[in-house]
Amino acid sequence: MEEKGRNEAWRETLRKSMNPKERTAIECVHMNELSGEYRCHNSEEVNQGLTLQQAMQEAKRCLDCANPQCVTGCPVSINIPQFIKHIELGEVLEAAKTLKETSALPAVCGRVCPQEKQCEARCIHLKMNKPAVAIGHLERFAADYERESGQMSVPEIAQPNGIKIAAVGSGPAGLSFAGDMAKLGYDVTVFEALHEIGGVLKYGIPEFRLPNHIVDVEIENLAKMGVKFIKNCIVGKTISFDDLKEDGFRAMFVASGAGLPNFMNIKGENLIGVMSSNEYLTRVNLMGAASDDTDTPVLKGKHVAVIGGGNTAMDSVRTARRLGAERAMIVYRRSEEEMPARLEEVKHAKEEGIDFLTLHNPVEYRGDEKGRVTAMLLQKMELGEPDASGRRKPVEIKGAQEWIDVDEVIVSVGVSPNPLVPSSVDGLEVSSKGTILVSDENMQSSIPTIFAGGDIVRGGATVILAMGDGRKAAAAMHAKILSGEI
Amino acid sequence: MSKIVDKSYFSPNVVRLEIEAPLIAKSRRAGHFVIVKVGEKGERIPLTIADSNLEKGTITLVVQKMGVSSTKLCSLNIGDEVTDLVGPLGKATHIENFGTVVCAGGGVGVAPLLPIVTALKKAGNRVITVLAARTKELVILEEQMRAFSDEVIVMTDDGSYGRQGLVTTGVESVINREKVDLCVTIGPAVMMKFVSQLTKKYEVPTVASLNTIMVDGTGMCGACRISVGGQTKFVCVDGPEFDAHQVDFDEMIMRLGAYRDEEQVAKK
Ligand SMILES: Cc1cc2nc3c(=O)[nH]c(=O)nc-3n(C[C@H](O)[C@H](O)[C@H](O)COP(=O)(O)OP(=O)(O)OC[C@H]3O[C@@H](n4cnc5c(N)ncnc54)[C@H](O)[C@@H]3O)c2cc1C
Ligand SMILES: Cc1cc2nc3c(=O)[nH]c(=O)nc-3n(C[C@H](O)[C@H](O)[C@H](O)COP(=O)(O)OP(=O)(O)OC[C@H]3O[C@@H](n4cnc5c(N)ncnc54)[C@H](O)[C@@H]3O)c2cc1C
Ligand code: SF4
Ligand code: SF4
Ligand code: FES
Repeated sequence: MEEKGRNEAWRETLRKSMNPKERTAIECVHMNELSGEYRCHNSEEVNQGLTLQQAMQEAKRCLDCANPQCVTGCPVSINIPQFIKHIELGEVLEAAKTLKETSALPAVCGRVCPQEKQCEARCIHLKMNKPAVAIGHLERFAADYERESGQMSVPEIAQPNGIKIAAVGSGPAGLSFAGDMAKLGYDVTVFEALHEIGGVLKYGIPEFRLPNHIVDVEIENLAKMGVKFIKNCIVGKTISFDDLKEDGFRAMFVASGAGLPNFMNIKGENLIGVMSSNEYLTRVNLMGAASDDTDTPVLKGKHVAVIGGGNTAMDSVRTARRLGAERAMIVYRRSEEEMPARLEEVKHAKEEGIDFLTLHNPVEYRGDEKGRVTAMLLQKMELGEPDASGRRKPVEIKGAQEWIDVDEVIVSVGVSPNPLVPSSVDGLEVSSKGTILVSDENMQSSIPTIFAGGDIVRGGATVILAMGDGRKAAAAMHAKILSGEI
Repeated sequence: MSKIVDKSYFSPNVVRLEIEAPLIAKSRRAGHFVIVKVGEKGERIPLTIADSNLEKGTITLVVQKMGVSSTKLCSLNIGDEVTDLVGPLGKATHIENFGTVVCAGGGVGVAPLLPIVTALKKAGNRVITVLAARTKELVILEEQMRAFSDEVIVMTDDGSYGRQGLVTTGVESVINREKVDLCVTIGPAVMMKFVSQLTKKYEVPTVASLNTIMVDGTGMCGACRISVGGQTKFVCVDGPEFDAHQVDFDEMIMRLGAYRDEEQVAKK
């Protein structure tokens, strides 16, 4: 698989058309983006994409390695050199096809994958002290090109086999599962608790980073493949797993995500104006609260602090800036190096004038007579010994505290698995953290007909991992159905 | 989309809607609520399921006009569709034969009290309902409550109807006169706070059904959080009913005002 096509004549010719030295000498492409000043007043997508010329030039940088390490860094092992070499030749639709062999949502992953920790982290260029090939940018380019060409390939569907399968949750895990099962000829229904399909891709990640229409195209494609979507339906509440079984669903894939926001349980955290990033982002992204013609309100703070250093924190703080915050700040207890957010998001946040209060941790909030938050007490931190996660542990600097004025605080310190499904199925094994336990190789839970994947299994993870789980579960479920095991 | 199959008025500001929702009708129990959204740009608001009809596959909502969203819903007619409807949400009410139960409702809480009164009565309790309003015109659902209560006491602030006084006066008069095994209270947070203080004094176990601000209603956002016995709880998944004596009502009252300014603007 990894070497697919490398020995084909066109690849060899292309490889030899330019020597590696010339390839490495090419300067790395820069993503075209809106200026920091312009974009912090609207929700337009920050990254504007590459031109065909830029993409073909960047593709030349790839050495088409005999043993491509980039592929081992990708959680779903996309055949990276193959798709890049197609781009080098200008065969972008072929590139898109290659991507789709492994990834159900390349336009999404090209935008939101933490590439610098995955595929790009293993690119040979880094060993030569050069920037990695911009794999993510190229992936996004190929997927966008295909979509905009109007020649999107609808995958071939096997003869319908009449077997009903359910996916619970419509985030990346549920969607990729549904796509693969539909291709195999199953009759797939996706159940979603909210009034929109897409999971975090819709209610969490903002428009300026992942426009909704891109997700919608993927959903429409699934619908064209025969996947049914039922919104406003909570499995475990509206209908039970037993109901599904009675309705003839042979097996289910649970992809209900990690929906429960964590709080820090510090003084003043229930003041008005202190909220979870889930609440803030849901109001803005799902309910459209920022615009005047919707009924859902959202607080538009002038001095906004976002607690945390992950993608969710970056999305919240940059949203706050767009909603008019004069001072929008990240408060993070470790240093910038330890931040889990994608590098690009940190860079973009800085360009948009976000303040970074690293090595600070809130210990208390204070409010006015109406109960509205007015200030936060920050404890200064320093880095100590590495902890279990390998990151250096933040420790308090005694006596170093200060009050800072804020009128809105967004707590973004992680989420826990949504307990709804685990608590509504008897005999489903869960971990002490509340994640559903599954077998590593096939995503099957302790109940043979229930498979699970994505954040409900991993805790908070990534889009690409959730998607990979969906595909793995589909393959395993199909095999078990064929063999008559379920 | 869920179609409205019947509509009637309990009073100019209180509407009864029967809506097609076969799955919810089948799975719901007393105390459960739904989240309703009217229009693509509508807000998600929580409403208690007042009743259901399994044969017709419908649920009944009793909606009081408060602000923009509840008014939008009340303006829909038979044949119209509710854009989004999801449920049943929350934990069902714990219903059993407790003995004598006083149900104290006021303002926004009278509608969601109705299914609880009904279920308690059906479980064999002696149910005494205390309805409170500022003035005669604002007393709602009296007739419906009477159908399932052994006694209904109406209290008005100005004495224009029933007895003059606050809801607590009515509740206290019952406690002073006979043994009360349980008190259930739903209404404005301030009202529940005072009912709770009163029953605590008399050591009458009390359940309050809390109507906090909600967004998703599934435990995903934390907008509905409150403190119960010093711990943070999410009303939509841990409630909506809690031991009233443990609830921090002052904090809840404060939090209910979070979007007051925005709501005032929206109303205009
Ligand atoms: C703000 C934010 C930014 C992020 N940024 C990135 C990023 O840049 N890159 C990246 O790789 N990852 C990012 N992530 C993480 C990534 O989005 C998640 O790991 C991924 O979405 C998990 O996918 P999932 O399919 O498991 O669940 P989700 O996307 O959470 O979807 C689960 C869905 O299931 C529904 N559901 C839950 N219970 C039920 C039920 N009982 N019945 C029916 N439906 C149910 C939920 O409503 C939800 O729609 C981000 C997350 C957030 C919140
Ligand atoms: C679990 C639950 C069950 C409920 N069941 C019912 C029901 O069966 N029937 C019914 O009529 N209502 C019920 N409510 C209350 C209902 O959700 C609110 O009246 C509605 O959200 C108001 O929305 P609005 O946009 O019309 O008014 P808004 O514009 O949001 O509010 C108008 C005014 O009402 C006040 N207000 C808003 N929400 C509440 C509230 N939750 N409690 C007290 N005052 C409030 C505001 O402070 C404001 O002054 C329930 C609430 C909860 C949490
Ligand atoms: S899916 Fe993500 S990790 Fe894999 S190649 Fe694409 S950007 Fe890299
Ligand atoms: S490691 Fe880098 S240069 Fe080598 S194949 Fe992968 S992307 Fe191309
Ligand atoms: S309403 Fe969102 S968590 Fe309760």
